[in-house]
Amino acid sequence: MSKREKIDFSDVQGICRFAHGRLTNAEFLLLKIKDVEVAKQWLSQAPVSTAESKSPVPETAMHIAFTATGLIKLGLSEQILSGFSEPFVSGMTAKNRSRRLGDVGNNSPSTWLWGGDDVASPDVLLMLYAAPEKLDGWQSEVMGMKFNQAFDLQHCLRTNDEVRTEPFGFADGISQPEIDWGQQQATDIHSRYTYSNLLALGEILLGYRNEYGEYTDRPLLESDLDALAKVLPRAEENPRLRDLGRNGSYLVFRQLEQDVDGFWRHLKGASDGDSNKMEALAEAMVGRRRDGSPLMSETPYSIPGVDKDKGINQFDFNADPGGLVCPVGAHVRRSNPRTGDYPPGNASFIKRLLSLFGFGKKSRSQDLIASTRYHRILRRGRQYGPVQNSSDYQRGLHFICLSANIARQFEFVQNAWIANAKFGGLQDETDPLLGNRQPLNNGSPTDRFSRPQKSGPAQCMRGIPQFVTVQGGAYFFLPGIRALKYIAETPFGTDGG
Amino acid sequence: MVPQSTFMVCAEIIGDQVENLRQLLGGMNCEPGVVDPNNSLVPFAQFKGLHVARFAIIESQTNDDVEAYNISLKRWPPTLIFLGDCDGPYDLFLAEVAVRAGPGLRKIFSHCVNFNPESEILLEWMLENNKKPTANYINWIGRTVTQVHEEIQLHRLLNERVRQMQQENGVESALGLHQDLRQFVRSEIDSNNLELSKEPRTPVKWRVGNFFHKVTVPLALLLLTPLFLVLAPFYALKLRMLERSDLEITPRPDPDHISKLAAHEDRMVTNQFTAFGDVKPGLFRRYTIIFLLFMLNYAARHIYNRGFLTRVQTIHFARWVLLDDKTRVLFASNYDGDLESYMDDFINKVGWGLNLVFSNGIGWPRTRWLIKGGSLHEQKFKYYLRRHQHLSDVWYKAYPDATAVDIARNSEIRQGLEKQRFASEQDAQKWVQLI
Repeated sequence: MSKREKIDFSDVQGICRFAHGRLTNAEFLLLKIKDVEVAKQWLSQAPVSTAESKSPVPETAMHIAFTATGLIKLGLSEQILSGFSEPFVSGMTAKNRSRRLGDVGNNSPSTWLWGGDDVASPDVLLMLYAAPEKLDGWQSEVMGMKFNQAFDLQHCLRTNDEVRTEPFGFADGISQPEIDWGQQQATDIHSRYTYSNLLALGEILLGYRNEYGEYTDRPLLESDLDALAKVLPRAEENPRLRDLGRNGSYLVFRQLEQDVDGFWRHLKGASDGDSNKMEALAEAMVGRRRDGSPLMSETPYSIPGVDKDKGINQFDFNADPGGLVCPVGAHVRRSNPRTGDYPPGNASFIKRLLSLFGFGKKSRSQDLIASTRYHRILRRGRQYGPVQNSSDYQRGLHFICLSANIARQFEFVQNAWIANAKFGGLQDETDPLLGNRQPLNNGSPTDRFSRPQKSGPAQCMRGIPQFVTVQGGAYFFLPGIRALKYIAETPFGTDGG
Repeated sequence: MVPQSTFMVCAEIIGDQVENLRQLLGGMNCEPGVVDPNNSLVPFAQFKGLHVARFAIIESQTNDDVEAYNISLKRWPPTLIFLGDCDGPYDLFLAEVAVRAGPGLRKIFSHCVNFNPESEILLEWMLENNKKPTANYINWIGRTVTQVHEEIQLHRLLNERVRQMQQENGVESALGLHQDLRQFVRSEIDSNNLELSKEPRTPVKWRVGNFFHKVTVPLALLLLTPLFLVLAPFYALKLRMLERSDLEITPRPDPDHISKLAAHEDRMVTNQFTAFGDVKPGLFRRYTIIFLLFMLNYAARHIYNRGFLTRVQTIHFARWVLLDDKTRVLFASNYDGDLESYMDDFINKVGWGLNLVFSNGIGWPRTRWLIKGGSLHEQKFKYYLRRHQHLSDVWYKAYPDATAVDIARNSEIRQGLEKQRFASEQDAQKWVQLI
């Protein structure tokens, strides 16, 4: 088998490793390419931040990603482009994809502020981060003279990270996979009995082995035919070829508008104005308390990739199959169900063998949810809008995540877990926060949220309005540093491949 | 109980009529992937015993793959398949279809080579062209469409009732609630809001046949064990040789092909899947797949007939059909969720089972010892599946919003309801939570 090389952080964009927590000011620029030649010149000199650890921590950072149309404009051939994964090539708003992502009704791309169609779709995403007060300076420094010649600024998406909660008021960005940078953990398909938070490098970065021990789609180039490709690293599984994807990732961007007032108004109504009840309801919907502490208590066993001292991620849902402590439909349980490769309680070989053949289930719902490790994403979102309670301003989340396989990671989480009215055997309800509340095909409503009770039937809240609306989005390719150099230097107007 | 049965009418399409037929079939849909259940050609909703049905055109887009084995291409003409799963004997069901949808079916089948619209007797023709599955999976043997619908209605009424009680007086004990709901259901039945039909008697012939099958197959296998043991080393040797030399054919599927398929997907909580491919040449693979499908059929009939097929609980109906002198295999299924989750289940939960059967198909990702590898090569496997997948031009499911898990839960609710009394508050509470 192929050799695993150590990762070269100088070839990786820093956002893959760091969330830039100290750089609380950030803005995301959506660009259209105006002049390809100038754009290429600008790109080749752009001071992109790498994933190398630096001391002291820099006060600014910058990252660049491209849509498929952007790469075509910059001269990448159709042939190279077709080496990228299908979702990236056809885009977030491709016909049939919207249905899968729940981007229908109020979420429909035709209503988006950006990205909704070819005209509104950006070519380039420029992400700028800076310490307080430094953003404006950093922006003018980065842009330089040629920037306006090269690009049209389509949108400048500002952010607000002064407080560490998302607009509804809950601590955010708590649960992240721990990337296995050293590639130490085995990827055998039936080896992870319980949840592990340690994630194969190839689930986030292209060109490395993923949780299946395999490589994800990305373009591999023949350096014999394309001299420029020699700047690229070799493909691990086929060193004859050069890997345009290696050390890069796919970046999913979605602008999610949050109706904060509507959220709390509805919860107040649903709790008869009792503030304790309201708080409990909100916590049940989220699956954590406002400070981020989980509803579930700590598991006695350790979870790989979880810092036990911090406590807030030292849990899974094995002890609570019915959702009595944390409802099955709670947002954090849907987005990260913390399942292993087998249903829980299969420690012995015999039990595992039985469960392999479908026997020994304690309840029907026990083995409905897929093994979590194949469906993780690395979130890098930032919130926007004013911190203060105010109904005049729009607030929400610029949802950003990284994954090596958009279909199996981001789209799966969005489709099978968040938007699925039947998640984990639930009865017609979608994510309590993100659900689009569209009825099913035959008219069954999904605007519900149920909380199972220790005694008596579940408490079911109905008629939940839509709290979160998608207002923009696109799939990007976040290249490695050498791949960026390749993209910037590919001659424009020739075949390029 | 009334055991389900299955039919698949399979006929060659006249060369230049494929597109016309596609258009005709497309007219049965409100939009791609969403059939009009009362369409004028085949008004599916009128057939009270029909669970699922589909029309598909099988053109063998992967026919050229056999060239990897240096054997001559066998032509596969474009073929129409009309398949479905129904309650009771399929010949009775097809007779009902022939009567009620006669003109529509004649119009459809007139695109086929051996169908003469003037002289043909429709039912006879359909029976003549019916192909039996080599292996067949039914999520729950003996659960009728009527039962599914009645129990959906039961669940809906109970759910509303419980909510009403919660709002009015609150609910005291689960045992008490159970008694209240029993009374409520009785009154709903009396006022004709609900019907809960008694389970019909199982046909004696079916019971005898099923028992005979259940017993004789293991007996026969037991008797053959010495032979198997003697053959095993030779089999293993040959298997490993073939597994090393067999070619993987897993190119990326054409984006247009994917987009055509995807247009029919994710319209409701359940999806359909139809795939077609060639069995690897040689007697070894031929008898391997015949034997394994035979075993699969046995397992599905006698072991996996209560809501799950190994770890997978999302398949309503599935079939494997060997065609064209057993040189080709067709797979058709009805599953809950999105294709991506279906494929991941295939990899993570039943990869081994999939390999057993499909590794005998040309181009399957490389396996080891018949169960290892194969579908675990995620990307190649996903490409393989998509590339062999065929459009189901028309697809009908009698209970669009209900997943297999929903349906099983509804049955469990009914069973609990029909109990005079639960033994303990705890048991009653478990039942109440289902509602």
